[in-house]
Amino acid sequence: MKKQKIVLVGNGMAGVNAIEEILKVSKDMFEIMIFGKEPHPNYNRILLSKVLQGDTDVKDITLNDWDWYKENNIALYTDESVVQIDSEKQEVKTDKGRIESYDKLIIATGSLPFILPLPGADKDGVTAFRDIKDTEKMLEVSKKYKKAAVIGGGLLGLEAARGLLNLGMDVTVIHIGPYLMERQLDENAGKLLQKELEEQGMKFLLQKQTEAIVGTRRVRGLAFKDGSYLKTDLVVMAVGIRPNVDLAINSGLEVNRGIVVNDYMETSAPNVYAVGECAEHNGIAYGLVAPLYEQGKVLAKHICETFTKPYKGSVLSTQLKVSGVEVFSAGDFIEAGDKKALKIFDEQDGIYKKIVLRGNKIVGAVLFGESKEGNRLFSMIKKQEDISETMKVAILQPLNEEKNGSLVESMDNDEIICGCNGVSKGTIVKAINEKGCTSVDQIKACTSASRSCGGCKTLISDLLEYSLGKEFDLAAGKEAICGCTSLSRDEVVEEIRTKGLTHIKEVMNVLGWENSEGCSKCRPALNYYLAMVNPTTYQDERESRFVNERMHANIQKDGTYSVVPRMYGGVTNANDLRKIADVVDKYEIPLVKVTGGQRIDLLGVKKEDLPKVWEDLDMPSGFAYGKSLRTVKTCVGEQFCRFGTQDSLGLGIRLEKKFEGLQTPHKVKMAVSACPRSCAESGFKDIGFIGIDGGWEIYVGGNGGTHVRGGDLLYKVKTDEEAIEITGAYLQYYRETANYLERTSAWIERVGLEHVKSILDDKKQRNKLNERMEATLSVYKDPWKEIVENNKTKKQLFEVVRS
Amino acid sequence: MINQSMTKILVGSLSDFPDRLGKTVCVGEKEVALFKIANEKIYAVENRCPHKGGVLSEGMVSGKFVFCPMHDWKICLDDGKVQEPDNGCVKTYKTIINEKDEIFIVIED
Repeated sequence: MKKQKIVLVGNGMAGVNAIEEILKVSKDMFEIMIFGKEPHPNYNRILLSKVLQGDTDVKDITLNDWDWYKENNIALYTDESVVQIDSEKQEVKTDKGRIESYDKLIIATGSLPFILPLPGADKDGVTAFRDIKDTEKMLEVSKKYKKAAVIGGGLLGLEAARGLLNLGMDVTVIHIGPYLMERQLDENAGKLLQKELEEQGMKFLLQKQTEAIVGTRRVRGLAFKDGSYLKTDLVVMAVGIRPNVDLAINSGLEVNRGIVVNDYMETSAPNVYAVGECAEHNGIAYGLVAPLYEQGKVLAKHICETFTKPYKGSVLSTQLKVSGVEVFSAGDFIEAGDKKALKIFDEQDGIYKKIVLRGNKIVGAVLFGESKEGNRLFSMIKKQEDISETMKVAILQPLNEEKNGSLVESMDNDEIICGCNGVSKGTIVKAINEKGCTSVDQIKACTSASRSCGGCKTLISDLLEYSLGKEFDLAAGKEAICGCTSLSRDEVVEEIRTKGLTHIKEVMNVLGWENSEGCSKCRPALNYYLAMVNPTTYQDERESRFVNERMHANIQKDGTYSVVPRMYGGVTNANDLRKIADVVDKYEIPLVKVTGGQRIDLLGVKKEDLPKVWEDLDMPSGFAYGKSLRTVKTCVGEQFCRFGTQDSLGLGIRLEKKFEGLQTPHKVKMAVSACPRSCAESGFKDIGFIGIDGGWEIYVGGNGGTHVRGGDLLYKVKTDEEAIEITGAYLQYYRETANYLERTSAWIERVGLEHVKSILDDKKQRNKLNERMEATLSVYKDPWKEIVENNKTKKQLFEVVRS
Repeated sequence: MINQSMTKILVGSLSDFPDRLGKTVCVGEKEVALFKIANEKIYAVENRCPHKGGVLSEGMVSGKFVFCPMHDWKICLDDGKVQEPDNGCVKTYKTIINEKDEIFIVIED
């Protein structure tokens, strides 16, 4: 039998989700073809604000990569729009002239940003905030310009404004209403939000109407109706969206605000469906993400001709994705007529909570400052729960566990827990039962739930607790270090200390390892923990080192190695450079490259040549291969730079000389910049120093890798000595409390910056930490030199047998 | 079996090889990874992980398994089989230790 053919117009979240739902119901029933006008595969549009805010990267928000389309035999045409539907012939026509027939057509064209028809709206520097292109444009502009204006103080506008603030711009939000987010908040909450955002550095012009965008080719400012004027280099229009219905209108479908659909998402034409923001159901065109998942389920089942309950509209909840602000609203939250409100307002802590009741039923809620109860309230609202039995005020109390447990218990399996990514309770329960997930992070990795706004984390952890019972209590606090044992990192380290264990084999025997020789996870970890606990006596076990740390060089994909000699603070001289040049010639090293850490990398060195190369170089190892201090990157600073306020070279070299070769749970990178221009990129290092007038700022927990994270200010200090003292104590505390292979950026988030500060604030503790650090540093020897001087090691590790 | 040629190649004596580590042995064009595991047992396998060609001789050895240094695939030295959840196989070679503690690799062509 010939397969039925589905054509989807619009390669976005709503449409592709509907296809996924169809594939779930019947994998091989249809031939599927998708047209999308953007050049990307389907991505998570709601995360664009996170991209702009610098929390994530464009490539990390892809929902379905190119392979997904291939694996499911879906023909995908990007950069191609459907321009005409002939619903009689059941054909579509694209802007490239392609004509395709269909058995079922799904329209998921989404919505378009509403661009105010202002004079000057076509100037350079005016943008909407809707897709990757807009986001990239804003990122681009922020590099060159300083001032930004966002028109619209709604959800999207504020998220855009926060992002631009993160990018270092001076941001003003222009809003026509008397308070912010009036579609989701009441006046009280709106005002509180404004105050909070003003403290974060955002500026507001309320009850302002823009009259014109001023400038020649590029925008220079905004002129308002009241005659005032604002200088700006960028204008972001975030005044709302309208359903993208042009195609539907041209093709003669019934359209109001959106494309009119019935309870099964069918439009006025036979075999033509619409879903998501372009659709209008029962007079409402939704502009949020949650309804599209509910609609997609109904649509899919209807197309596959399996039974489905009709779609009866969605109750909405909103959470603002701006860090440091907890805002939640749901349902019908404005009191009026027969709707009465119950409010709590704690002015001191900036907490405001309100529920709206109609008789005994809860119909809406607004929370500000503390939104933990949001999920529970939202569930009560959706069910129109009768609360006549409960003390009304108790509804706004923080949850006790029992209550919470019963909430997740009472949810249906197909009820959505993560609204941003459309993950149902059933999917999460399945991940717990079948894939063995025991933590919120594992659920996130497995199902994407809580990946976006994170508002559902409490629900997921309740669900874990409910599904796993006691097991979760155990698992919540601990994770076994590998499959060879059930003991956690903390338990193992504690046993090493109390039982005085001295080598890996002993740890495994005494602590009852299931696999007597361990595995590639636990052995390097134990090797590290033992050395951390017994710094002066522990005998390093090279058999339990990863190749790079055993060979003291970085293995390359062809089995050759790379060699990076130490260059303190990135400073070199003619003599060292001459030696390097001679070595390159003598050993015919194919590639010489300057590294990101301001050193020189010799790549493609043969294993047998390594000891000879080191001997000829006669320079210390740069530890470019190690879980240890890598480099201290520096700018030239006051010695040469006309802006430098501090001697960054001096401090950088001192730090690198002091801490070189220090073994740490994962690699540690530092940077010292002499002024806030931060040319050494101090904000993205494990520890970064920025020179200010009269001292240094110390930033910690920065990371420029897969999980980009800006560093947090730990302290301001006056002298180099203080900077070194703090660094020693901080690094030692990291060494003693982090999991093996946990970078400082992840560690600081886990243990908390405030906690670390509280330890370091205590002079006594700081001294103790530094004493243990000194003991560890006292036994350091340059590994290259050790190997060069040891013929046995040279033969055993570096010789290749030729027969 | 009759037409197969078998070559015994001397690669060194037992004491030349480090405990619980691998060593690269070149036999003509072939590269073999030789391992001395606990109890002085010797294993020899082709020195290329079936995944992305990682050099197995530099991997971490645990019992009769080696973990590829590139992406941590676990490979059994006995039969050359890649362990779950990955799959694949590397060629294994027979080894002989004589009374003088000399090690030979047997290459069959």
